[in-house]
Amino acid sequence: MAALYEGYTLCGLVPDQNLSSSGIQGIEEERDRDHVVVTDSTRSVTLYKVSDQKPLGSWTVKQGQKLTCPAVFNSQTNEYVAVTDNKCVIDRREHFCLFRVLFLQVSSDVWKVHCTHGGEPVVLFQRGAVRLLDSLLAAPQQPIEEVLAQEETIRWSTIIVAETQQFIIITTEQKGEHFLYLQRLNPNSVQRYRLEREEPGLSPLSFSAIYKDKHICLLYLYPNGHMYQSVLSVRGLGTEEGVQALPLPRSLLLGLPVGDGQLEAASAMALDEAHVAVVGVPHPSAGGGKDFLCIWNTNFQTLQAGKEMAGKIYGQLWSYSNKVFIPHGKTLSIIPFECPKSSLASALGKLKHTKTEESKTPNSVPSWNNILHGEKAQPSKTAETRRTRTTRKSQSTTNLTTDQVLELIKTAPVEEIQKEVEGFLTRSEFQDLQPSVGQLALTLVSRSLADPAFYSSSTLAQLVHTRCLCHSVCPDLVLLALEKKDYFLCQLCLQFFPDIPEAVTCACLKAFISMPDVDAEKVSLEPNSVTFMENLITRDRAEAGLQNGFSPTSSVVNDRQTRAEDKKKASAPSQLICPVGLHKAVLINEILQTPYSDTFLLPHLKDLSSQNVMLFLQYLQFLYLKYSQDAFPQMEGFRSPSLSQIMDWVCLLLDAHFTVLVMTPEAKGLLLNLHSFVKSQVRLVSELGKIEGSLQQLHKMKAKESIGQYSIEIIELF
Amino acid sequence: MGEFKVHRVRFFDYMPSAIRTMAFNSQTERLAVARADGAVEIFNFNDNFFQEKVIPGQDGRAIEALCWVGHRLFSAGLNGEITEYDLENLRPQYTVDAYGGPIWTISSNSQGTQLAVGCEDGTVKIFAILEERIQFQRNLNRHKGRIISLCWHPSSAQIAAGMTDMITIYDAETGQATRRLLVDRAMGASKNKEVVVWSVGYLSDHTIISGDSAGKVQIWNGLTGTLVRTYLVTKWDVLSLIINASQDESSVIAGTSEGTVIQFQFISSTLDQHDKEWVRTRTFRNHSHDVSALAHTDTAVVSGGMDTQLVVRPLLDKVEKNTQESALRKIAFPHRSLVGCAKKAGLLLFQFPDRLELWKLGESEGHGEQHTHTHTLGEDHICCSALSACGGWLAYSTVSSVRLYRIQYNKTISINKVPKLPKELRSVHQLCFSSDSSKLFASSCQSSVIVVAVSQQECRYLHTLKHKTGEWKARMHLLCASDDGKWLATANTDCEIHIYNLHKMKLHCMVPVYNSCPTTIAIHPVTNNLISVHADQQIFEFSLVQKEYTQWSRRLQTQGLLSLWLERDTPITHITFNPKNPDHIILHDTYMFCIIDQSLPFPELNAVLWNQMTLKNLPVSQRIGQSHAFKICKIFQHLMCVSLLEDLSLVVVERPLLDIMSQLPAPVRQKKFAT
Repeated sequence: MAALYEGYTLCGLVPDQNLSSSGIQGIEEERDRDHVVVTDSTRSVTLYKVSDQKPLGSWTVKQGQKLTCPAVFNSQTNEYVAVTDNKCVIDRREHFCLFRVLFLQVSSDVWKVHCTHGGEPVVLFQRGAVRLLDSLLAAPQQPIEEVLAQEETIRWSTIIVAETQQFIIITTEQKGEHFLYLQRLNPNSVQRYRLEREEPGLSPLSFSAIYKDKHICLLYLYPNGHMYQSVLSVRGLGTEEGVQALPLPRSLLLGLPVGDGQLEAASAMALDEAHVAVVGVPHPSAGGGKDFLCIWNTNFQTLQAGKEMAGKIYGQLWSYSNKVFIPHGKTLSIIPFECPKSSLASALGKLKHTKTEESKTPNSVPSWNNILHGEKAQPSKTAETRRTRTTRKSQSTTNLTTDQVLELIKTAPVEEIQKEVEGFLTRSEFQDLQPSVGQLALTLVSRSLADPAFYSSSTLAQLVHTRCLCHSVCPDLVLLALEKKDYFLCQLCLQFFPDIPEAVTCACLKAFISMPDVDAEKVSLEPNSVTFMENLITRDRAEAGLQNGFSPTSSVVNDRQTRAEDKKKASAPSQLICPVGLHKAVLINEILQTPYSDTFLLPHLKDLSSQNVMLFLQYLQFLYLKYSQDAFPQMEGFRSPSLSQIMDWVCLLLDAHFTVLVMTPEAKGLLLNLHSFVKSQVRLVSELGKIEGSLQQLHKMKAKESIGQYSIEIIELF
Repeated sequence: MGEFKVHRVRFFDYMPSAIRTMAFNSQTERLAVARADGAVEIFNFNDNFFQEKVIPGQDGRAIEALCWVGHRLFSAGLNGEITEYDLENLRPQYTVDAYGGPIWTISSNSQGTQLAVGCEDGTVKIFAILEERIQFQRNLNRHKGRIISLCWHPSSAQIAAGMTDMITIYDAETGQATRRLLVDRAMGASKNKEVVVWSVGYLSDHTIISGDSAGKVQIWNGLTGTLVRTYLVTKWDVLSLIINASQDESSVIAGTSEGTVIQFQFISSTLDQHDKEWVRTRTFRNHSHDVSALAHTDTAVVSGGMDTQLVVRPLLDKVEKNTQESALRKIAFPHRSLVGCAKKAGLLLFQFPDRLELWKLGESEGHGEQHTHTHTLGEDHICCSALSACGGWLAYSTVSSVRLYRIQYNKTISINKVPKLPKELRSVHQLCFSSDSSKLFASSCQSSVIVVAVSQQECRYLHTLKHKTGEWKARMHLLCASDDGKWLATANTDCEIHIYNLHKMKLHCMVPVYNSCPTTIAIHPVTNNLISVHADQQIFEFSLVQKEYTQWSRRLQTQGLLSLWLERDTPITHITFNPKNPDHIILHDTYMFCIIDQSLPFPELNAVLWNQMTLKNLPVSQRIGQSHAFKICKIFQHLMCVSLLEDLSLVVVERPLLDIMSQLPAPVRQKKFAT
């Protein structure tokens, strides 16, 4: 579940008089995640250290000059590139110390300079041409071709790196029509697309592009609240210059609530594959105000987090390294967020604790107590209290800790990881756990998969124990555990994951059944379930009856005849021998209790070998007999499969393997026994049916009872 | 045991009469209850509250007050007469007109020598109680306004009289009024309505306690004439008030129109303090209507009123808890059978105070009953009636006369009065036809049984059965003839049962006297054993031939009856036998009927008495082992009669208590839930 955390102010703004623009042209990332370059709309560029919220340096162009596009940082050469009055300026000096500035006079007006982290700056000209900065430096006065048509102007542009290939995406407007250019660099090629028309007069408010699954996803938001997604293939880019515009297919991703009127200053930005940050759009449950920053999950179309921003929203939004930069009112705020991989379970609130988390996340502030002493103190619910800088700092350090732990997991040895994760878990507040636990587990699993020598069972177990994980968050975990023969972890997963697919359940079952008993006994398992099984196997009749001095009569099977039959067959229940070892039985019990849907389970069950089926059936029979003969109560406090679960599994197995079992001579006795179970169950049900009839009759009889003055009745005395 | 066809009859509109007043005799432990129709009932509190005597009422006799003087019972009523009753022959012995208009109250002094009556004309008249009669002595000074209530001071020197708006204290010697206590009227709107002092009590310490129509119970100092304390206990009337005079006079109970009974006790309000005062302590709510009659026994509060039920409410501080003694007892039905059944003809005879109803049972499922009314002509109420087994004869008796009717039916029923009855049949207590309908037995005033032969042609006096001359005075309340016509059994309220040999027309023997009154007796048609059931619920079987208790009876006594059986609070009022199975004895009380199978073992003392449900659920093979002699059926409730017809179908006459309650007049309006 995505979450927005408490934000903090990076700097004040000087918006222009009519508040139409924020006074910020752009924010670009500097050399690392903690530094950003903020370009204001007039003359100055400022470098900030985000975590300290303080400017490290500033640089102003001469009076009369004007910055026309955001300055970017070229990390290859440690120089800044800015554009004044549509001409390139390169500042080669460290930290804006006005040491050496290179002015580059180019022959055409520059629209923007783009630069990816670690990439080479790319200059985009107003007429649509694209040059690498290096090539411009080599030949500044080279002719610049015109890509765009007459009266076609650039509205927005960005740069995207897809598999080492850089792409420039430009959107343009020509006479109310909108076009998109996908420009590949090195070798250069361009493809022109035409955006489908929305309602007449509506032009996109904002664009955002993201690279995912070998495609470029373009998001664009219209003033009527519709957010569309268009997917551009990276590969199938035609080599010839796209003169004619291909129509760009689009799909409606979200219909955002607009409130009254249309959106004016709004912006949408894709945070990852599934999450979009939207600013300037009303919160669906907070009336018409548009001063909200919201995170939507586009897969499930659910609002994941929302935050009201004080002051006017300018429709500007940047996002770097899990932080949203948003100018509002007279401040530029930084709001950390988290978009963990979302699962349907968590989206629907099926995962435990998601609900509480949802309600608390936006306001959660870590307190010093927790950080220092690792106390699980009451999460402070203070909503809008004034926060000191230190609190904000502590906030960011915790976040960093998550990241640090993640980094650590990628490299550190098992023991250290274990220590750190443990520390992290005790430190973190519960509601913060869910996103990070998922990340941790994912990273751990992926490292284990990549590095066969690495496996940290206890850490994973610890993470599973938090109950913040589910199978869809970390799909490889169970299979990894199986592969590593970590049955304890398997048991935990089976216990705690609500959404294990039937295929995985079946794989576990297969592994459990076919594992040699000797191996199984070595495994240490959850003591609770082991105790239950021990009781079941070793208890003899005498102690069966007594529980706290209370001896419940069998509620399950009351049929004397059946019991007599069963007794005959099993001669004496105390002689019943469990066909599998104790630990194996415990593991199988866990399987019996996992939720499943039989249509999905059945095909996988067919994969079991007939020996396995026999063994499993024998075990189920054993359980059934134990339950029905000993008048065995579901022991309080113990996790134990219910009788109906056992019966369901028997039926499923028989369904899946009936022909095989019929042909197997060893299975004959077993089948006969099972047949008698079914018979007894049928009899029980029919008895219940009979009772139902008489109970209903009793109900009706109550209503009768109006005796006249005289009647002749028949009574029977015994 | 098998199936029975049951005629379930609910058309007996028996309606008991409201209880008007009552008096308790603490020496004999007898309670006399007067009902609104003029009937007086005597309950024996020593014998399981058995209603041993009923003196039938009379039209126009409205009893307002009852008074015991030793063993003698006096009543006074709005007809202006004082009546003394003959408790042996169950009829008024004599009446004396007080000549003061309607009499509201009667009270005797503690020595039992004088009787004071309060009259409508405002006089208190003193009568001297003599042997065999009373004699007017004098009037106390007359006051304007009626005398509603009277109470003697225990020293017999003063009399407190409750009137309208005041209480007057008379000097019994001089007849002068010595004090006048003015009673406040009710507040508010009824300020103009005069207040009636319905009841007054006079304690030996000269405290006077009064209950009035303004809902107050007031405690006065009789010496100074000052009001000590007022308790407003109801919005309506305090109708009755009584002191536990036989004890230490430390408890007073008052009955109200709301149906509540409130107890006041003379106790110290705090522990270890000697200055006692009257404190309202308990409230009993057992009635739905006016509580107009109260009695305070040593251990219980007895109350009765408009809702016709007599309620005995033990005071839990006086009795042992959780015993039969501490159980609340409601007596709603008479302890005798008011239904006659002609077994051969399928006729039912219902006895009302002023009329008889004869009904014919339907033949099949259809409701084919016909009925006929027989009205009495005189103003005396019916005291007993009988229907012959063949359905051809009907007899009934009032205090003064006996009538015999011949019933014939050819399509329609015709009832003809038999004109000339023998002179000996004048005043009888119990009537009974022999099983062949040839003889009519009548227990007579002279503690004898008169035998009359009845036939188509004539009605002829045959014989008078007497066992001894002289001293036997108790009247016979039960008669029973054997099927073979040889035996006649009689029982009287002295608990004696006599057997007569009708062939020899003389006393055959006397059953050993048991200390509880027999509530019903019957002679077995096959074995000629006498079955008697007593007020304490014991059952005896006496062999007439061998003149001794039978083996079965001895075994029953040795083993003992189950406590559940003994704790039933209504007596067995009728016994019949199953002609097809001599082992079966069918008997019933108000709440159940029971078939005793003499061939089966008695239930163990820890067994379940009502085991019909258990038996029903057992397979047939196991029932034998589980079943015992008592087959109890509680399907039918408030039974007036259970009888077995010749065709082996049961007749069950029910009178649901709810039906009775629904016919009562509306109770006083009580505010409930803001209505």
